[in-house]
Amino acid sequence: MNTTTNTAFSYFPGCSVQGTNKAYGISTQKVAKVLGLELVELDDWNCCGATAYMSIHEKHSFILCARNLALAEKEGRDLVTVCNGCYLVLRKTSKYMAEDAKLRVDIQKALAAGGMEYNGHVQVRHFLDVVVRDVGEERVRESVTKPLAGLKVAPYYGCQIGRPFAEIDDAEDPQMMDRLTEWIGAEPVEFPLKAKCCGGMMMTTQSEIGQELSGKILRNAKRAGADCIITACPLCQLNLEGYQDAAGAAVGADCDIPVLYFTQLLGVAQGLSPKDLALADSLTPVEAVLAEKVRS
Amino acid sequence: MPPCGSALWRTGDSERDILRKEPIVATTEAKDLSREFLRRVHELPQGKKIDECIQCGTCSASCPTSAAMEYGPREIIAALRAGMLDRVLRSNTVWLCASCYSCTVRCPAKIPFTDVMYELKRLGIKYGIYPKRTTNAVMSEAFAEVVDAHGRNAEPKLIRKYYLRTNPFKIFGQLGLTMRLIARGRLDFLPHTIKGIEGLRKMVAAAEENGSQ
Repeated sequence: MNTTTNTAFSYFPGCSVQGTNKAYGISTQKVAKVLGLELVELDDWNCCGATAYMSIHEKHSFILCARNLALAEKEGRDLVTVCNGCYLVLRKTSKYMAEDAKLRVDIQKALAAGGMEYNGHVQVRHFLDVVVRDVGEERVRESVTKPLAGLKVAPYYGCQIGRPFAEIDDAEDPQMMDRLTEWIGAEPVEFPLKAKCCGGMMMTTQSEIGQELSGKILRNAKRAGADCIITACPLCQLNLEGYQDAAGAAVGADCDIPVLYFTQLLGVAQGLSPKDLALADSLTPVEAVLAEKVRS
Repeated sequence: MPPCGSALWRTGDSERDILRKEPIVATTEAKDLSREFLRRVHELPQGKKIDECIQCGTCSASCPTSAAMEYGPREIIAALRAGMLDRVLRSNTVWLCASCYSCTVRCPAKIPFTDVMYELKRLGIKYGIYPKRTTNAVMSEAFAEVVDAHGRNAEPKLIRKYYLRTNPFKIFGQLGLTMRLIARGRLDFLPHTIKGIEGLRKMVAAAEENGSQ
């Protein structure tokens, strides 16, 4: 399917966005509408399996993803997700199925047992990539009604949007959110830890490690002079906003800083209301920092 | 703050301390395990690259959690070559991999080391070789069970399963965050089961019959 001219996509929210990260889904739909994109929720989608399922059983994990790819193929649209974890494991499945004939046959047989088929016609996309590369600078700038002049932003990418395949952005120094930040009138800060690991699931299972990894990222953003952090992944978002006291204690620094989804910040610049963007769902004082820092 | 890799990051007896008192000889069983592992890694996409490791240590230096691992990524390949993979599996190492793929993108020999780590996790699960304090393994198994039951994750159910199997008292440490999430309507207590769950189960069963790993 041609990805450069598509404006309608099958949308894969993922389990986190259905649960603890609803604001990401709400704000994504709102900004998509402003940008003239249609995101149709994939009917009866299932969990992608994430890193956890891949650790237990590889082939089952590929089947989980292949079922979603098959559903999208039936709907005749490419598949867009907003979660780095979903993005990578869906993309990994589509890539490995394309490159490994034995795996492809095995997975196709499994799908057939459940009355489905997948023939490799779906592109897996991250919504950030759709906004930055498909919609592009000119149309994003046109959509901005309230430029965020004066706001310093630390764009945090996390791991699985650029690694390991580096297909949509650099593996070590990604740029998409930096560019987007400029297009909406704000200033991206120099942020060396922008693609370092937040600890992922370890925030729960090995909290001393998770807190230190997230703490280093928060400290780095603050030292860079950022007023807020934006993220493109629900788990990164929760790790960075939900444990700031513990993370601060782990690295011996003040780690209080508002954290938003990139879609929320884009929406603010497009003049959408705080309610449209579910800003009140945030665990950090997002609205206060916008009111204080943005020059109107 | 403890420096990375300090005693505070490690809990219980260090596997290494125990091993130092034992003769360093690879047993037949351990050699078999290393052989099975290598065969499985060779089946992964780009898996054969593992034979080209030059022991440069870029992987260990790039890994955000290697300081806390009893065996870093470079040492894992050394242990594999020495037929001593069982020691790696019994240590805290493989479940500290957060799947950030830093090692994979920097490896000069292009070894997909994150996929190698996944294979190690699966091998440990298959033979039940992982230390009791490896809570990441417990979390991953609980996650797979929730997804098998519903076709989707259900966070409250997952967290309940996890803490019941590890340390139920630790759930109180999550109460503050839980209350803040509830106050913002960010926790759904009823799991959602997909309509196609039966079909999904048939697919998984078919893969099992097909001799998957």
